[in-house]
Amino acid sequence: MNGVASELVSTEPTEDLDQPRELLRSHDRSDRIFRRVTTGAAASSLIVMGLIAVFLFIQARPALTKAGWSFFTRFEWTPDGEPAIYGIASSVYGTVVMSILALAIAVPVSISTALFINEFSPRRVRRGLITLIDLLAAVPSIIFGLWGRDYLMPKLNGLAGFLSRHFGFIPIFKVKVPIFGSSIFVASIVLALMITPIITSVSRAVMAETPRSHCEAALALGGSRSGMVRRVILPFSRSGLVGGAMLGLGRAMGETIAVALILSIDFRAPTGLLSPGGSSIAGMIANQFGEASTNGRSALIGAGLSLFILTLVVNLIARAIVNRSNRPKRPKRPGRMKAVTA
Amino acid sequence: MIATQDAPRKVVSMTLTERLEILLPLVAAIVLTFVLFATTPLDGGLGFVFVAYVIFLAGVYTVARLKHGKIVGSDRVVTTLVTSASLLTVGPLLLILIFVASKGIAGLSAGFFTKTMEGLGPDAPASAGGALHAIVGTLMQVGVATIICVPFGVLTAVYLHEINGRLAGPIRVIVDAMSGIPSIVAGLFIYSVFVVGRGYSGLAAALALSILMLPTVARTSEEMLKLVDNGLRESSLALGAPQWRTVLQVVVPTARTGIVTAIILGIARIAGETAPLLMTTFGADRVVTGKFYNEPQSALPLFLFQQITNANASTVTRGWAAAFVLIVIVLTLFTIARIVGRPRKAR
Repeated sequence: MNGVASELVSTEPTEDLDQPRELLRSHDRSDRIFRRVTTGAAASSLIVMGLIAVFLFIQARPALTKAGWSFFTRFEWTPDGEPAIYGIASSVYGTVVMSILALAIAVPVSISTALFINEFSPRRVRRGLITLIDLLAAVPSIIFGLWGRDYLMPKLNGLAGFLSRHFGFIPIFKVKVPIFGSSIFVASIVLALMITPIITSVSRAVMAETPRSHCEAALALGGSRSGMVRRVILPFSRSGLVGGAMLGLGRAMGETIAVALILSIDFRAPTGLLSPGGSSIAGMIANQFGEASTNGRSALIGAGLSLFILTLVVNLIARAIVNRSNRPKRPKRPGRMKAVTA
Repeated sequence: MIATQDAPRKVVSMTLTERLEILLPLVAAIVLTFVLFATTPLDGGLGFVFVAYVIFLAGVYTVARLKHGKIVGSDRVVTTLVTSASLLTVGPLLLILIFVASKGIAGLSAGFFTKTMEGLGPDAPASAGGALHAIVGTLMQVGVATIICVPFGVLTAVYLHEINGRLAGPIRVIVDAMSGIPSIVAGLFIYSVFVVGRGYSGLAAALALSILMLPTVARTSEEMLKLVDNGLRESSLALGAPQWRTVLQVVVPTARTGIVTAIILGIARIAGETAPLLMTTFGADRVVTGKFYNEPQSALPLFLFQQITNANASTVTRGWAAAFVLIVIVLTLFTIARIVGRPRKAR
């Protein structure tokens, strides 16, 4: 009896009753098996990512060892010639220029759209707008490519002509022959449209983390909504917005079939943004793979490997930035709405 | 007071006068641009929109500035800019849907769903061939990809949220990174591992697609598991159930509709993928079912790509019809996911 009583006395103090309890789990054998199976399944993604790097490297090695660093610096692609030349410099250049241009267009538009949804839009419009932007993200890449090639390109040719006539003194707008279309310019605009949804949704999530009290304080001091956005929301979420832009950059660099449809793939040195030609790493792989011989495929897989590493690095950095800025900066008050990360 | 403290309050609403202060500059800008374009050598559709927009912005600012002062003036300009940015984002979506429908419906006929391309040359009339083989191929590839991906995806979500072991951090990072890898890299990977030794097949395509589907299923399911009330887990464990029964018979069934939404979103993500198919399944002109694992097969996006890049009027017609069917499929999946995943009213 005495033993029982002393056990009763030594129970936990009652003031902790309302704290969330840590579940104590004693794992029996069935649970250990369950945890092992689940861990194995979850680790498959780690394994697959590792295998991607290994297998691409194995297949790419013959071409990469033959070409060395000239793989990235030569503007010549004759994988079946004598001697075989693998130079994807044109694609590297195209990938970099197109992603930067696409980002330059998409970031201001996306952040503005995110601001409109979060701060300016009437409640009725908000839900519909979010759905439409999610839908835009779901449209297959090949449809964007077709639309860009057959609808947008003829319309943009007029703009390209205008730019080259009146701003031809700027080197990037200079054209040798006034033929437009199938250019880096058109592809960048379509890419910008394709990466807008992801940048918008990440920006929305990041900006929604701004403490509401700060926003309301700004308004209560007599600031306008645009002032509140400029002085409170944008400074607060700046690093997260950078991360969102980088996620868009990763998408733009890897975009394949839309670019392959729009550009007329060209491996020579770039001629300007408005002229037909140009290439991108992903677009060139899609364009060349079917006809390539074993040599060519090895080189194309090498290009794929470099694209894999490039997008992986960009994505990892971007996620790190977004996750850090999404972490609450001060203890949360209970009941505040939590933003869903994209 | 306390209950509404955290809810965003509606600060400003527009009165009729305020609406007029926006509308009148808009009308004025359009009229003025018409006059400008009629009297000066300016022309072009895009140019018109651009000039009218600049005049409109200037008008909005001037009116607000004169009536309310500097702060309201710049606020109005920002509001206008931000609103037009969202139109710029959403407008192309509508343009795409209208364009694909207008081009695609013409090529659509019953034959499109019942015939294949077997024995047809590139100049056969559009009505002679169909996409039956491609539709069958896509159904099989997406179906098998789903069967492969779902156990891994859901178990990854269970690991991340229910077990939350030592590897949870790295796995979450990698799964997120996986959602950003280009689809063509997945195709090249399966080509290197699988196709090099065994040849093109629908199965290879399914494997590549399942890699692309995994991040969507895993991360969306994880979000859905987060919504399950912790009390349910505690009750189950308190009744003496081991963790695996708690997860499989309490948590997962509770999150059932959410997980279904995750799977449908995953299918919508891969249904239109084209790039990885180029190097895994290659394409065929007839229905392939029995030799799914070792013979080239067609698929709807691949069929679309091959028809549309062939500059022949009849193949282009078939290509647009395929594009229309593809976008209808994706839209339908998306709508189903929305309806299934709609947050239910308080139970």
